[in-house]
Amino acid sequence: MSVNGKWMVQQLGKPLASLGALLVALGAPQVALAEWEVNLTRGVTDISRSVYDIHMILFWICVVIGTGVFAVMIYSIFKHRKSQGFVPAKFHHSTSVEIAWTVIPTVLLIVMAIPATVAMIELEDNSKSDMTIQVTGFQWKWQYKYLGEDLSFFSNLSEASRDQVRSDQPDAENFLLDVDKHLVIPAGKKVRFLITSNDVIHSWWVPDFGWKQDAIPGFINEAWTRVDEPGIYRGQCTELCGVDHGYMPIVVEVKPQADYDAWMVEQKAAAEAAEASGDREWAMDELIAKGEKVYMTYCVACHQANGQGIPPAFPPIAGGPIATGPIEGHLDQAMNGVPGTAMQAFAAQLNDVDLAAVVTYQRNAFGNDMGDMVQPATVKAAR
Amino acid sequence: MSTTATTGEGEHHHGPAKGIGRWLFATNHKDIGSMYLWTALFLFMLGGAFAMVFRMELFQPGLQLLEPEWFNRMFTMHGLVMVFGAVMPAWVGFANWQIPLMVGAPDMAMPRMNLLSFWLLPTAMLVMVSTFFMDGNAPAFGWTFYAPLSTTFAPDTTDFFIFGVHLLGISSIMGAINVIVTIVNLRAPGMTLMKMPLFVWTWLITAFLLIAVMPVLAGVVTMMLTDRNFGTAFFDASGGGDPLMFQHIFWFFGHPEVYIMILPAFGVVSEIIPTFARKRLFGYESMVYATGAIAFLSFIVWGHHMFATGMPLAGELYFMYATMLIAVPTGVKVFNWVATMWRGSMTFETPMLFAIGFVFLFTIGGLTGLMMAMGPADMQYHSTYFIVAHFHYVLVPGAVFSLMAGVYYWLPKWCGNMYDERLGKIHFWISAISVNVLFFPMHFVGLAGMPRRVPDYPLQFADFNAIISIGGFVYGLSQLLFVYIVIKAIRSGEPATDQVWEGAKGLEWQMPSPAPFHTHTTPPHVD
Repeated sequence: MSVNGKWMVQQLGKPLASLGALLVALGAPQVALAEWEVNLTRGVTDISRSVYDIHMILFWICVVIGTGVFAVMIYSIFKHRKSQGFVPAKFHHSTSVEIAWTVIPTVLLIVMAIPATVAMIELEDNSKSDMTIQVTGFQWKWQYKYLGEDLSFFSNLSEASRDQVRSDQPDAENFLLDVDKHLVIPAGKKVRFLITSNDVIHSWWVPDFGWKQDAIPGFINEAWTRVDEPGIYRGQCTELCGVDHGYMPIVVEVKPQADYDAWMVEQKAAAEAAEASGDREWAMDELIAKGEKVYMTYCVACHQANGQGIPPAFPPIAGGPIATGPIEGHLDQAMNGVPGTAMQAFAAQLNDVDLAAVVTYQRNAFGNDMGDMVQPATVKAAR
Repeated sequence: MSTTATTGEGEHHHGPAKGIGRWLFATNHKDIGSMYLWTALFLFMLGGAFAMVFRMELFQPGLQLLEPEWFNRMFTMHGLVMVFGAVMPAWVGFANWQIPLMVGAPDMAMPRMNLLSFWLLPTAMLVMVSTFFMDGNAPAFGWTFYAPLSTTFAPDTTDFFIFGVHLLGISSIMGAINVIVTIVNLRAPGMTLMKMPLFVWTWLITAFLLIAVMPVLAGVVTMMLTDRNFGTAFFDASGGGDPLMFQHIFWFFGHPEVYIMILPAFGVVSEIIPTFARKRLFGYESMVYATGAIAFLSFIVWGHHMFATGMPLAGELYFMYATMLIAVPTGVKVFNWVATMWRGSMTFETPMLFAIGFVFLFTIGGLTGLMMAMGPADMQYHSTYFIVAHFHYVLVPGAVFSLMAGVYYWLPKWCGNMYDERLGKIHFWISAISVNVLFFPMHFVGLAGMPRRVPDYPLQFADFNAIISIGGFVYGLSQLLFVYIVIKAIRSGEPATDQVWEGAKGLEWQMPSPAPFHTHTTPPHVD
């Protein structure tokens, strides 16, 4: 319950000070400050640009209609009042006027439906893609699988953002919009996304691409994009998916084809190395150090940084019966989850080393001085 | 039916019972109406308090007051309480008070059922709110409670929520049956359908919507119940079920539901504007037909809530076109109100101020609704604060403003005393300004990319969110002024005349103020 007083005063003053800036921004959208952004992004794809155009056409049509209606009302309010001695007219019906204001909006709607239909068809044209990425929503992270490439990884909220979630004055760069591992796609290629979910419904949205698509368990939704401009594009989950709905951002990095190819080679090598590192014996210190990292990424949302959890939904690790019980049971629960609860099965999400490390860490942190450890080889055998 | 209309007559005519029994066993439509309205007002304050708690959290970036799960509970209960506890019951309260008075009936057609449907409401809300004190705590899955977040992944208390929804549904269906039977059977001689006040018309249509969709809501929560407890898999993909089916069923209820909240508002505004413009409502027939058209369309547009769920192209196009059509009858209504004001002789007492505020701000909400009818654009708008701005514009300065307008308009008839006009105007202006400070910037943050239902946000949204929260606190607290004004009017207001308003026409203004405990015991004759 610590609201920063000085900050509040600044915030209260800001609106007034910035009203001028806002008016300027409205007049010249190009110079708009990010802080006072008031409009939809134009985005970086053909689709996002046609969506933007539809949005702006509609906006101006609404402005014209609204202004017209309001002008008549305001005129009437000032002119046709009893205090002005205005005697009420008797009319209460006019067939021609009523037909006019039924037909004109209908025609207007038909006109607006045309570009919207064209854009909708384009949006749904998933054919002739150059590559396919499977996007799977998890509570509360995204998994990206490059189909046909034998590469898949998870993308979690970045540590810098995670550390400041409970801060009074978060100032991390791209706070809540940064992840530990970007989704990388090549520029100029039509990338098809197959979007699904492992648990509840999530929704994958990068505003610069011009669409969002729900990730629904049991369904595989299609969507596509082609980005010509290399760069980093950010978005967030847009379907309420539980406690950490606000903490599963999306970051897409678009690289030129050559850089993308190099990145792909590098990723595969790194994945192989990580896999291979499970073949050797790990020391306790190594496992604990590694385990802390894994914990802070995969476990912290529910079990909290201090291991206390949020009972009853998320039981504590600190002094908890699992973490201080038999080591086999602990590993089993980490790998296979607890059906019917929020505890996920991490066997599919983490490799042998990570699983061994995180279990070891949990048994030796938060005052759980169990002193035992799990070797990656044990995990491998348990799979 | 003529026997029903005359039973209240004669010498054994009696006043209200004494003590608490008057309320516990009330069968008088005025008493039940008052209980509905007080309950709704209390729950409006409670729902508003929930909103102020999470707006406090959103005042600045970072988490200061609420853990994310508490944030989720707060906005979930805010939505549920406001929709099912405040706006809907408030309209039923208006229906109870006004429909018998306006159609010349002695009471609602089924007074005991009326009593039962009232008492189910506080019971249901108690069942829902009591989850705060249980293991697992209150629902945290949003008022739309999408499966599987509300089934496989929800706490045990969800079963209480389901029970509460069932009770509310029974209550609403019984209330709706009562309204329909009263309107169809108990109208005074000469009160033909096309002579009925527009408020009665809109409620008649609303009642049909309620009867059509509340069973659908009951169905969907029952499927949740069996999924959660009896091993079915309606919404569980791993059991061969379909999580999307939940959304289809929910929105088949949910879209008519939003018209259930707004159609009576159209009715109230259509009563108030002619009174204070001293001019007949423009285009009465087209108002009736437009209401019917909106009600019909409400059943065939639910898919526009689901553009991002991966519907096939044909489905998306169909729902886009059907949704755009709603703009036509809605436009007709707005134009008719403006034409009613045009060349009238207007005065601006508090009810008229709120009604005009309604027309202005509801129009803004309607126009953003038109924007999001466009499928491709909705792919961007969907689930952002732009949507939050839209539906709050139609529900707060829309439905809630018209509720306020209606209370100021009919309160003198209900309690026999005038409210304090100066305070009423202050209430209007504070509300009208703060409601825009509260909801207008939501358009901006929404378009700029802020998703809804997040406990925290990236730093670029901080300034607008601070403004939104300030607007929210002012709007929320200023409603205490409304409570004060109502109580002051009841306790010590100036006595009202029978007609109350110079331009008021209709049966309710021809009887004494306050309306006697029994009215229209002999049916009036309407020419």
